[in-house]
Amino acid sequence: MKKQNTKIFTIFALIVLGILVYLAENHLDAYKLRILNLSAIYITLGVSLNLIYGFTGQFSLGHAGFMAIGAYVTALLVLPPYYKEMIFILEPLAWPFTVMHTPFIVALFFSGLFAAIAALLIGLPVLRLKGDYLGIATLGFAEIIRVIANNIPRITNGALGIKGIPEFTNLWWTAGVAIFTIYIIKGLINSSYGRALMAIRENEIAAEVIGVNLTYHKVMSFTISAFFAGVAGGLFACLLTTIDPKAFMFLMTFNILIVVVLGGFGSITGTVIAAFLFNFFLEYLRPIEAGFNIGPIVVPGIPGLRMVTFAALLLIVILYKQKGLLGGIEFTWEGLFQFVNKLFSKNKSSEGSAT
Amino acid sequence: MELLNVDSITMKFGGLTAVNNFKLKINPGELIGLIGPNGAGKTTVFNMITGIYTPTINKIYFQDNDITGMKPDKIAREGIARTFQNMRLMDNLTVLDNVMIGFHLHLKSTLTSAIFKFPGYVREEEDIYSRSMELLGKVELEKCKMEKAGSLPYGQQRKLEIARALATGPKLLLLDEPAAGMNPQETRRLMDFIQKIQDEFSLTIFLIEHDMKVVMGICKRILVMDYGITIAEGNPKEIQNNPEVIKAYLGVDANYA
Repeated sequence: MKKQNTKIFTIFALIVLGILVYLAENHLDAYKLRILNLSAIYITLGVSLNLIYGFTGQFSLGHAGFMAIGAYVTALLVLPPYYKEMIFILEPLAWPFTVMHTPFIVALFFSGLFAAIAALLIGLPVLRLKGDYLGIATLGFAEIIRVIANNIPRITNGALGIKGIPEFTNLWWTAGVAIFTIYIIKGLINSSYGRALMAIRENEIAAEVIGVNLTYHKVMSFTISAFFAGVAGGLFACLLTTIDPKAFMFLMTFNILIVVVLGGFGSITGTVIAAFLFNFFLEYLRPIEAGFNIGPIVVPGIPGLRMVTFAALLLIVILYKQKGLLGGIEFTWEGLFQFVNKLFSKNKSSEGSAT
Repeated sequence: MELLNVDSITMKFGGLTAVNNFKLKINPGELIGLIGPNGAGKTTVFNMITGIYTPTINKIYFQDNDITGMKPDKIAREGIARTFQNMRLMDNLTVLDNVMIGFHLHLKSTLTSAIFKFPGYVREEEDIYSRSMELLGKVELEKCKMEKAGSLPYGQQRKLEIARALATGPKLLLLDEPAAGMNPQETRRLMDFIQKIQDEFSLTIFLIEHDMKVVMGICKRILVMDYGITIAEGNPKEIQNNPEVIKAYLGVDANYA
């Protein structure tokens, strides 16, 4: 198939998606919209984690930290100054933040930027570590960010958190950011730089001996990944309208990790599907916690059982599909058309045998 | 002027001296062999030349530049490429990608132009694609360019690794046991292949080999190592009759052998 054709299909698909978002925004209730919004934010988070973990092979567990940075930056930038003065009751807000006030999109950009700067600073020393050690170091970083957020009330309002953040986030924003993230990261993966990243994942020593600068590529991947995590954090803040340090515990990182593992390392399509599955299941498994009846048998609700179910699901995936649901397979128009062609030819042959 | 000048380097791992006082000068266009029993320190020498290890004592010069302690990717840029004893291919990437990654150090496109596929980047990629296909043609692998490197048969993986090393455009090529695990026929074909690429790319080759026949057949000069010490150096004939070498290989007095 020609490149021109796939471009037309992509534009067509985007238009269809736009119509769907429009319909969803106008016809769905707030509860369902919330699930869709969260799914889209998880796509952004998952795809960005997949860049550093799935494609570059660097086990990073710092996403909650980058999200936290993004969330606080957005919150401080979009809140009007008079309101900020009102909610910072423990200690007054530090100077530059008292007067800063920017539109949502600028705030999101700065969210990403600050997260990226943090990633650059932390990545240079930490990315020398390998495997589980890197995971522990980045996890530690995320926890440090959270503890700092708890202890600098002049900027973050401490454990009280920031409340009353305007609810700017809607499906247009979340879906738009998700698509932008996929576009950029897919562009990176399918380039010479992406090839170098995957070479590092496959065999670090071989990649280095060939001339791939490990530090540069790892830090670049880490920084870009953190940028999008920061933006997602900003969206998250303006979706929940309330943020406090507890929201960015390591559980958050593990949720994103579940999405990436479920969808498959190195598969953007898998991450997208897994992000939807994760959020839908999380909601539709609520009855388990509330307690329910199977005929005459009353099953009592056990709080936390949702996550246990999830752990079991994840174990099943890890045991039977080590590479995740999609296992590195990527959606392409060519693939879709081949699949459709196969379906049709199958139908034809079955028709033939019937007559 | 010699291409590579290894100035009596020593590598110690804690109390163990893996390589002791290793000296070597390689002139452009030479094909030199390094042999020795298991654990003699041959691969350690390669690891020091390519920057994976830094010698504990003394220095390595490449084209009169001190490359001791440089990072492997910098040394690759200087013009040294290598293969590995236990092949290090990117198993989950395609054969084509494995060669294209070899051209990495010739890339000039910026990150932005690569992400957004600017014309300059696309031209560069097309150029690298055609050069990669040319290389794959030389190692007779162009038919399986879309297969995963890990799924290739053993002998072809070895060739692919050499192709990847050639893609970096080296002046000095280090081959670590290229004939390991090959039958005599394959070994002979590989020897021809090594000589062919040496002429074609005007390379200087330094190879480690276990199989005496390979080195005796193509190398004009051979070094023998045992327990980290260079025990002999000379042409194949001298090496074959050197009692020290026979002792190292057979472990008995030369008279009984």
